[in-house]
Amino acid sequence: MIGLPHYLVVAAILFTIGVFGIFVNRKNIIVILMSVELILLAVNINLVAFSAFLHDVAGQIFAMFVLTVAAAEAAVGLAILVTFFRNRGDIAVDDASMMKG
Amino acid sequence: MPVQAIAFYLLAFVTLASGLLVVSAKNPVHSVLFLITAFFSAAGLFVLLGAEFLAMLLIVVYVGAVAVLFLFVVMMLDIDFAALRQGFVNNLPIGGLVGLVLVGEMIAVVAAVSSNGAAAKQALPNASPGGVPNTEVIGRVLYTDYVFFFQLAGLVLLVAMIGAIVLTLRHKPGVKRQDIGKQVARTPKTGMELVQINPGEGISE
Repeated sequence: MIGLPHYLVVAAILFTIGVFGIFVNRKNIIVILMSVELILLAVNINLVAFSAFLHDVAGQIFAMFVLTVAAAEAAVGLAILVTFFRNRGDIAVDDASMMKG
Repeated sequence: MPVQAIAFYLLAFVTLASGLLVVSAKNPVHSVLFLITAFFSAAGLFVLLGAEFLAMLLIVVYVGAVAVLFLFVVMMLDIDFAALRQGFVNNLPIGGLVGLVLVGEMIAVVAAVSSNGAAAKQALPNASPGGVPNTEVIGRVLYTDYVFFFQLAGLVLLVAMIGAIVLTLRHKPGVKRQDIGKQVARTPKTGMELVQINPGEGISE
């Protein structure tokens, strides 16, 4: 029988994969943004799993709001990325210090 | 093994495997495609949990919008991705260590509470308890208790949309554009010029 811990372990591993992705792709901001999406997906799996096992729909509502914020974050993040690429010619963010005075 | 368990393990494996491929693929286009796979199988997990509305939302919003946005950006920008992968192997040990610690701690916490609280309960046996579909349940709560947050979510999306447009809008010099202020401020005096023409001479600028 598949219980709540199964889903929580899946979400925990997915979250860790997202963090790992940020660590190993420190230069490539596109993959960093995708890793953030994976982390938010892990959070959503947690929220929906708890919602199902607590028989309370509030978790799914919150997952919906997380989805909204994730979509907004991806849109603004990619817009910043496009602007950054126009100004610099590449997207290596490990030495992005243009704002330093 | 019941069919539900088989479906869970299959979807969980595909989600995690494609998640790992997202962060380790050499080509970012492949990363985006694996991201789509991960979201698709996560939507399957949501269906198993009885959250069909959210599953469809995940497919529409992520596969239909966010992943395509990523794909556009990856393909539009001319980037040397090989250079960006330098340091992958250098960062692998520290990343792996932090990841192992993180996943170990979280699984330990899950194991510690795996028999009490919410984990002791059962998921609803069917997707629609009392014949009320999941979408209707969400609608009844979302538009009553959470209506303020619903409006706020709309505001967040509006701000994000305006922000993205403002960030990427670029006025090219030399392109003629309509200037409504200029048009409205035009008077007969500025728009028209009376020229005295002598017969037989014509006019020149």
